[in-house]
Amino acid sequence: MTLGFLNESIETADKKSIEKMQTERLKSTLINVYENVSFYKKRLDDCGVDPYNFKNIDELQKIPFTTKEDLRLNYPFNMLARPFGEIVRIHSSSGTTGNPTVVAYTGRDIEIWGEVIARQLFSLNLRRGDIFQNSYGYGLFTGGLGLHYGIEKLGGVAIPVSGGNTERQIKIMQDFLTGVICCTPSYALHIAEVGTELGVDFSKLALKAGVLGAEPWTNQIRSEIEKRLSINAYDIYGLSEVIGPGVSCECSFKKGLHVAEDNFIVETIDPKTGKNVPEAKTGELVFTTITKEGMPVIRYRTKDLSNLIYEKCECGRTHVRMKKPIGRSDDMLIIRGVNVFPSQIEEVLMNVKEIEPHYLIVVQKKNFLDFIEVWVEVPENIFSEKMNTLEIFEASIEHKLYSAIGISIDVKLKEPKTIKRSEGKAKRVVDMRRGEKP
Amino acid sequence: MPIKQLTVFLENKLGRLAEVTRILKRENINLQGFSTTEARDYGILRIVVSDVEKAREALKKAGFTTHVADAICIRVEDRPGELLNVLDTLSDAKINIDYIYVIAGTRVILSVPELERAEKLLIEKGFSICAD
Repeated sequence: MTLGFLNESIETADKKSIEKMQTERLKSTLINVYENVSFYKKRLDDCGVDPYNFKNIDELQKIPFTTKEDLRLNYPFNMLARPFGEIVRIHSSSGTTGNPTVVAYTGRDIEIWGEVIARQLFSLNLRRGDIFQNSYGYGLFTGGLGLHYGIEKLGGVAIPVSGGNTERQIKIMQDFLTGVICCTPSYALHIAEVGTELGVDFSKLALKAGVLGAEPWTNQIRSEIEKRLSINAYDIYGLSEVIGPGVSCECSFKKGLHVAEDNFIVETIDPKTGKNVPEAKTGELVFTTITKEGMPVIRYRTKDLSNLIYEKCECGRTHVRMKKPIGRSDDMLIIRGVNVFPSQIEEVLMNVKEIEPHYLIVVQKKNFLDFIEVWVEVPENIFSEKMNTLEIFEASIEHKLYSAIGISIDVKLKEPKTIKRSEGKAKRVVDMRRGEKP
Repeated sequence: MPIKQLTVFLENKLGRLAEVTRILKRENINLQGFSTTEARDYGILRIVVSDVEKAREALKKAGFTTHVADAICIRVEDRPGELLNVLDTLSDAKINIDYIYVIAGTRVILSVPELERAEKLLIEKGFSICAD
């Protein structure tokens, strides 16, 4: 394994100098928002934190959290800390559940964003001249343009194909000698499936790596993707409120995602009490941006659950790592009093080798009780003319789910290709209690 | 010689069986007989057709999960007691039947664990085994 750093002094800085850098940068960020964002001025006055006298990074914990709701209430531009003229880009969420959240960047913010991603790609042993097929959506969504600037910063070749039109994606992959695919993990699986149907042998292509993100995915799904596309698949994490993709990313060791600590401070909190949780405990990720000018966020609650790892990584990087997020706190299903994460179900399913990596979790109420069904497609290699083979197969998965999760979950066999494939973020849970339909 | 019977996985929803027969018709494949077994949410359809490979290809292409299995096909006369003769022959030999159904031309499809032995016994009893 080759090692290397795009910015060695920053990426391998010792804890002390990281903390010193963070304190200084946090102070200037707090001054920036205090002077320019009335929402934060009030917040800081209320909690008694004086940005001009900010000395100790632990004081950050006195400042209340910023939530998505706060951003929505300040729609569209009240959270901006810089005037138009300095702002050069606006991104936004889709806003399907209310006002969209809007984020804004100065030229320097865009520069830093690209630099952070370039470093991460470099840590995956990707280099100048590598060909990147960027299948994240280009547009208001931060995925496409975020990766794009990172690829160019690295000196890679960016193919801005955006999402969708899978057959064309595969043709480009073959003709342009794509080395790296950037998309959601569920889209990577879809590309693999369509390619295999078209008779493509991915092991014969130039494809060697996937930079996959924008949704939580398990290590079991990772092995499926790696096997089917004949690549190394890496997790990249981000959210537009903090910057977009690149808030953290795995290195080639795949042992947690490195947070770019020179730009972001990460904490983990108990989602219920809001208290910081001790190292190694699972908590909700909370981010503070310390270099962003256009729209900094202070203690932004992500609702993503993970654990922080402070130990230095085998790759030599010192920045704190977060474990692959297990899901979002609002993805958690409460079924007859038991907390269930879709990722737990996925882990069980993907350990059954016959099951295709396409499934749907359907939650409903039956006789006033919550009830989960898991839809999977009937695998050809277990199908025979005997009914009981199928029944035994269903029962064995139900048993595995029960032992892993502790509640009974019904497995429903479906015809092949009837579970919807995704070209972007997969929707794997349908909650009929909320009026959703499978 | 056992015959090749085709099995198809069907979700228990409107129009799926019709879809299978529509595909067979389009491919000009004759359906000689069938049976269904149902569980709560799905069923399996077993069919005997004029061209198993062609039928399987067409169904697979349309997205169905299929399986081909051997079964015994015997001709029984259309008169009282004929099926009993078949069944007695097998039960005397301690051969349990997994499933059985009738197809066109009073032929019976049988699935048993010991296929060759059952076939031999039935031939000895004077039944005529159909090869297609």
